Amino acid sequence: MKRVYPAEEFCVACRLCEVYCATEHSQSRDVIRAFKEEQPPPTKRIFLQQEGAASLAINCRHCDEPRCVWACVAGALTKDPVTGVVNYQPEKCIGCWTCLVACPYGVIVRDPNRPKIAKCDLCPGRDVPVCVAVCPNRALVLS
Amino acid sequence: MPKYLIVGNSAGGIAAVEAIRQVDPKGSIAIVSDEPYPAYSRPAIAEFLMGERPFDERMLFRDADFYSRNRVETHLGVKVLRLDVGGRKAVLDNGEALPWERLLLATGGTPIMPPMQGLALEGVHTFVTLDDARRLRQALLNGAKRVVVVGGGLIGCSLTHSLLQYGGVQVTLVELRERILTTMMDTPTSQRVEARLRKLGVQLLTGRSVVRVLPDAPGARVGGVLLDNGEELPCDLVGMAVGVRPRTELAHGTPVRVQRGFLVDRHMETSAPGVYACGDAAESHDFIYGASRVVAIWPNAYIGGRIAGFNMAGDAAQYDGCTAMNAFSYFDLALASGGMFDPEAQEECTTLSKESGEVYRKVVLKHNRLVGFVLLGDIEQSGVLYRLMQEQVDVSQFQEHLVADNFGLVKLPRPLRQAWIREDGRVPQKATAPAGRAHKAVE
Ligand SMILES: Cc1cc2nc3c(=O)[nH]c(=O)nc-3n(C[C@H](O)[C@H](O)[C@H](O)COP(=O)(O)OP(=O)(O)OC[C@H]3O[C@@H](n4cnc5c(N)ncnc54)[C@H](O)[C@@H]3O)c2cc1C
Repeated sequence: MKRVYPAEEFCVACRLCEVYCATEHSQSRDVIRAFKEEQPPPTKRIFLQQEGAASLAINCRHCDEPRCVWACVAGALTKDPVTGVVNYQPEKCIGCWTCLVACPYGVIVRDPNRPKIAKCDLCPGRDVPVCVAVCPNRALVLS
Repeated sequence: MPKYLIVGNSAGGIAAVEAIRQVDPKGSIAIVSDEPYPAYSRPAIAEFLMGERPFDERMLFRDADFYSRNRVETHLGVKVLRLDVGGRKAVLDNGEALPWERLLLATGGTPIMPPMQGLALEGVHTFVTLDDARRLRQALLNGAKRVVVVGGGLIGCSLTHSLLQYGGVQVTLVELRERILTTMMDTPTSQRVEARLRKLGVQLLTGRSVVRVLPDAPGARVGGVLLDNGEELPCDLVGMAVGVRPRTELAHGTPVRVQRGFLVDRHMETSAPGVYACGDAAESHDFIYGASRVVAIWPNAYIGGRIAGFNMAGDAAQYDGCTAMNAFSYFDLALASGGMFDPEAQEECTTLSKESGEVYRKVVLKHNRLVGFVLLGDIEQSGVLYRLMQEQVDVSQFQEHLVADNFGLVKLPRPLRQAWIREDGRVPQKATAPAGRAHKAVE
């Protein structure tokens, strides 16, 4: 399956991926309104990390061996047998945080607006996830 | 005749069904449980008790069509009374006997009831099943106001948290040890939770125990509890949450060996060929303690059941074990811990810790390896720590980063983080499945 790979040699930590990821998952899907007006504020599902000159943006790997799915006590995380996407059903999530301890990449987070998790869904409905589409340096690659 | 028979319809049992069906689409599967429901999320009984979630598809662990889609014959609300291992059949309490070629014992745990008078009084409840939650909810809706929770572990805290959502209910939490949550927290984090509980109005009694449940005046219902110091606390309800122990009674009179839980090898097979076990009922290899232990958490039950399922279907898969993987989410506190997070002095570990405001981080190191951690308040990177621990990575070159506020993948040596990212989440783990197993299914 295709997933988003960070190419850290091209990442300049501009955080556009984070901004557009949050916008894509906002109510209005409009970047100005999402950040200036919306309550609750939008949440991102890709995370820029920096150490000195090194930086990379990372999101859910939709693992072939998804430890979060095996750890999920609620059945809210499942692996789609056809697409390979690790799907998340928020209405089932009980916010127990067990998947956070299971995920080896640190890319599942507590949703700041409700007692549930948030994670990358690969932008259903788009050909290419928005983080990949907006990255000015091709530092995020779908392959 | 079922080829595969599974006792226990929860984390371990469902995982086994899913693994068996990945390997063997046809072999007949039967699952038996004395709970009369399709598999549900056991931890979500807390949501149910709070009234936040009815028992509907949101509480089910898998979709309503799970059993038909996987062609699983269900025997729900039926108990297995005993096993005839030589004759390969299970005797049920409805008079039937089910034969098997491969058997999985995913029987979970039973609440521990310390011997004391008064446990049979109306108003004494455990908190491990949906039916427990139903009875407690009914009692609260009927007006119970004063509750004594016996045991300050995860289940006692979960129960307390749900009780606090009922207006006007007063909770007293009694814990035998000097602090609560010893199986998942170190002293500083336990103390944070204790302070929070007191702030929420919970009466917390540590270093105390309940020695008897007292009847009310008519004599059939709970009227109070007697403590070990002679004090009496009046109450309407008692929640017993001192722990669970492996439910292993089916091994009696069979060659299936039991210590604390069913003993299994790395393929999850017991001492009786063709009989497998997993989850809260079994012991697993703890790769940090280097010993066989009961690790009663959902992920261990699921992964153990999955490994058992692959092996039952003839695909050799090996479980390299697990260690504590804890998450805590009650009272508006978030905590994650793993491994040997509170080492005994003789373990000769070093610890690094850092505290700032609401956030606390601690890692435990031994021979340059990470062997345990506790995170409070900022837990998102706990899984990175867990994996460093599981793969026994030499962390000496970057150990101070492990407790840094901005710890994450980028803090790992570049070759390591790039290898992790490139592997497509086909975690190089003999620990969980044959290489490429799930991969095969999605291609
Ligand atoms: C309130 C609460 C909160 C929890 N929170 C968490 C959490 O946040 N994170 C976490 O990791 N874990 C949590 N746990 C623990 C978790 O639920 C268990 O580790 C997990 O359910 C173990 O799964 P299992 O398949 O081994 O057994 P179980 O879930 O115990 O299921 C075993 C089933 O087998 C049935 N059975 C047993 N013997 C027989 C028989 N002879 N005949 C027929 N049926 C039989 C039982 O009735 C039961 O339905 C929590 C538990 C509780 C009670």
